[in-house]
Amino acid sequence: MDLDTRLENVAVLGAAGKMGSGIALLLAQEMAREKLKAGNKDRTYVLHLIDINQESLTGLLGYLRVQLTKAAEKSIVSLREVYADRDDLIENYDVIAAFVEDSLSVVRPSTTLDSIGGSKLVFEAIIENLPIKLDVLKKVDSICGPDAYYLTNTSSIPIHVIDEGVGLKGRIIGYHFYNPPAVQKLLELISTKSTEPEVVAMGGELAKRLRKKVFPANDIAGFIGNGHFMRDILHATAEVKRLMADEGMTEPEAIYVMNKVSQDLLVRPMGIFQLIDYVGVDVCRFIMHVMTEHIEGERLEDEILNKMAKAGVLGGQFASGAQKDGILKYDGGRPAGVYDLSKGGYALFADGDWVALLDEKLGAPPAGIAPWRALLMDAGKSSKLKTYFDALAATDTMGAGLAREYLVRSQEIGAKLVADGVADSADVVNGVLTNGFYHLYGPINEYAELMTDKVGGK
Amino acid sequence: MKKLTKPVYVTAGYNTVSLGSGRKEFHPKKPRPGLEHYIKEAGQGALAQVNDPANVDEGVISNFMAARFNRQGNLAALMPMIDRKLEYKPLIRVEGACGSGGLGLVTATKAVLSGMADSVLAVGVEVQNSVKAVYGADILAGAGHFATQRKEGHAYFFPAKFSDRSCATQAEFGAEKTRKGMARWYERAILNARQCPKAQEYHNSIDDLYAAGMSPCNANAFCGHINVYDCSKVSDGASAVVFASEDGLAKLGVDKKDAVELVGYGQVVADISKDPEDQTKLTTSARAVANAMEMAGVTSKDIGMLEVHDCFTIGGMLSLEAAGFCGYGESPDFVIDGKTAPDGEVPTNLSGGLIGYGHYTGGTGVRQAADIAMQFTGKPDGQKIEIDSSKPYGLMISMGGNDRTVVSCVFRKAQ
Repeated sequence: MDLDTRLENVAVLGAAGKMGSGIALLLAQEMAREKLKAGNKDRTYVLHLIDINQESLTGLLGYLRVQLTKAAEKSIVSLREVYADRDDLIENYDVIAAFVEDSLSVVRPSTTLDSIGGSKLVFEAIIENLPIKLDVLKKVDSICGPDAYYLTNTSSIPIHVIDEGVGLKGRIIGYHFYNPPAVQKLLELISTKSTEPEVVAMGGELAKRLRKKVFPANDIAGFIGNGHFMRDILHATAEVKRLMADEGMTEPEAIYVMNKVSQDLLVRPMGIFQLIDYVGVDVCRFIMHVMTEHIEGERLEDEILNKMAKAGVLGGQFASGAQKDGILKYDGGRPAGVYDLSKGGYALFADGDWVALLDEKLGAPPAGIAPWRALLMDAGKSSKLKTYFDALAATDTMGAGLAREYLVRSQEIGAKLVADGVADSADVVNGVLTNGFYHLYGPINEYAELMTDKVGGK
Repeated sequence: MKKLTKPVYVTAGYNTVSLGSGRKEFHPKKPRPGLEHYIKEAGQGALAQVNDPANVDEGVISNFMAARFNRQGNLAALMPMIDRKLEYKPLIRVEGACGSGGLGLVTATKAVLSGMADSVLAVGVEVQNSVKAVYGADILAGAGHFATQRKEGHAYFFPAKFSDRSCATQAEFGAEKTRKGMARWYERAILNARQCPKAQEYHNSIDDLYAAGMSPCNANAFCGHINVYDCSKVSDGASAVVFASEDGLAKLGVDKKDAVELVGYGQVVADISKDPEDQTKLTTSARAVANAMEMAGVTSKDIGMLEVHDCFTIGGMLSLEAAGFCGYGESPDFVIDGKTAPDGEVPTNLSGGLIGYGHYTGGTGVRQAADIAMQFTGKPDGQKIEIDSSKPYGLMISMGGNDRTVVSCVFRKAQ
């Protein structure tokens, strides 16, 4: 059965969730484009959107309508060609409205699995909980039959564990979109030793159609993206504890410092604690738990994250995509405070002079520093980064020291992912971090080399 | 060729800020001023320069598509909001796509020449940021022929029309030279706009403007032969001037030193349903300019300040050829050699033109007249130049659609 045929009947499990809704959005567009091809007029296209939450499913339809409109607006040049034979669709407005309706017309939301029997492509984006995943997938397998292929969006659970747990015999592949799936170009594609070659080929072909950039990862818990991210977190939280012990900082102060260093001095799009909030404190804890469970000899757990979660400090996002308060407090999407566990509330940056004092303690940033956003689209960013990191290597401030340690640790983590066989090469690791996390440079880089003889003597 | 039957003066120029992307105060998701605000600001800005609005006899308002951008028709009836003393006076709205402003100037001129009015307030306005660019492109496509061109047309209808002109010009005269000329046009437009605090590109901080102008074109996302820097932006704004006879100036209490004289105009229209005769030429513009110059008794050698309709860089360059400032195919070199710069052979678009100042479509022609009037009377919004005494005339070209409705006017300092 070819991909075109499989795309006639698709199901997304957990469709109203953060990742599921984005995957649904991508598929609705792709299936509508298939439906509109001249030779496909007689075919029927169905996209089952399954979620246990009725209210969320209702919200999903609204989300899809808004996002499909935005997507159609962006691709108006090609859509006018798609509808060239429709004399009634003349203006961009007409074409965009038609595409939104054509996309929504394939969608079938439901809270039950009853209707998905014909689905030959099943996307799994339900909660990162192995027993629940296994339970649902077993039911789906019994409904959809032995020729259905499965694409799981798990970001941490080894694919072979799901495969064996359900008994899919290689009909499943790891298909890890990044958040938000409709925007992020990166797709981690994880196959196991028993994954059927046809499933791998189909996954690659579909990724191409969805205009995703595929990076292959091997089937080791956490894969590449989270394999780096989780260990990056542990470095930051270890530094927080060290700053508290050695420098007499309070926990909120040390969190502020490490968030600032990891964003500003590493020229990353957001600081490490902001990224934890973006993903969700509980999600990070869960991924660490899964990695600990499946990776022999390494325990990934963090006391700060555990304490925050226990206090109900969870981060994550609202349905609108806006950031919820977490370890950091947000004002207009920007960090504005740090949660102080000892006081049960946020220490605001604007209150008093504690932030200014910390900035002073960190020291002036090295010459040539530029914000991530300014360099993102800069064609000359490589040479600007090189100049900056040269300066960072030579700068004798607390902030520069912390940044050097961070860079070197990040490089070690990246190199270990290659050594452990999670990634086939340094290029793949760097590709995942630059495409999925929007870093301007991969963790395995020439800059870290500049720092290696300058770390350890904080 | 008919001659003007009496002197017609233009005074009291006023331009609002051209608001849109690029301005620091612009935010697409925040509330912004509407049509009424701009009409009032520009109209009041002009009337503040005369003794009493009661002495203005008539009014004309130029606008292209408020009915779609703002769901508002009957625009003449918005003019009394400028000043209650305009109520119950003859007020009229004119439309000729992006050449609406030029038509407003001609309408005001005719009212003065006819003797029915001694003075006329001319306002031009457009508020376009009310819709996203992708839908704005639909609305602006109304300047082409909907029945025969829109369905086959590009998503970005007008950019594609001028991309076709760019393509033809590159094929005829060399891709590299034409492309470089377009990039230099962009660079010059922004450099001029940075001198004018009301210009949309006043805050532009791109380091290497020429490199930006040389950005590759992307046919998949936009157009094959122009890039985004070749295009004027989406703008909100308005402009106003007052037209007056000799008696009118006296009644308004305006000294001639604060006025320019309109000494010639040409207004011509071509068939909207037909494609341009030659993609490498602005033939309608050429006729309008020739008529205006003939009426004024001048040639391109007499022009010391030029305002052309550079909705696209290629359009600006082809205007230079249409108006006879350089030969056919010579405009890229003319621009590259700096001849349009403020200290060049013919200082052009000193406040940035449509690309630098902004292009509130229906109001742009009025803005051009206001800029010439303010420059010649020593009160420009932006950079001030010394008009070469051997070239004491200012020329403007206001163009609607793909060189379909065109007005050209020649001015000089009032004698």
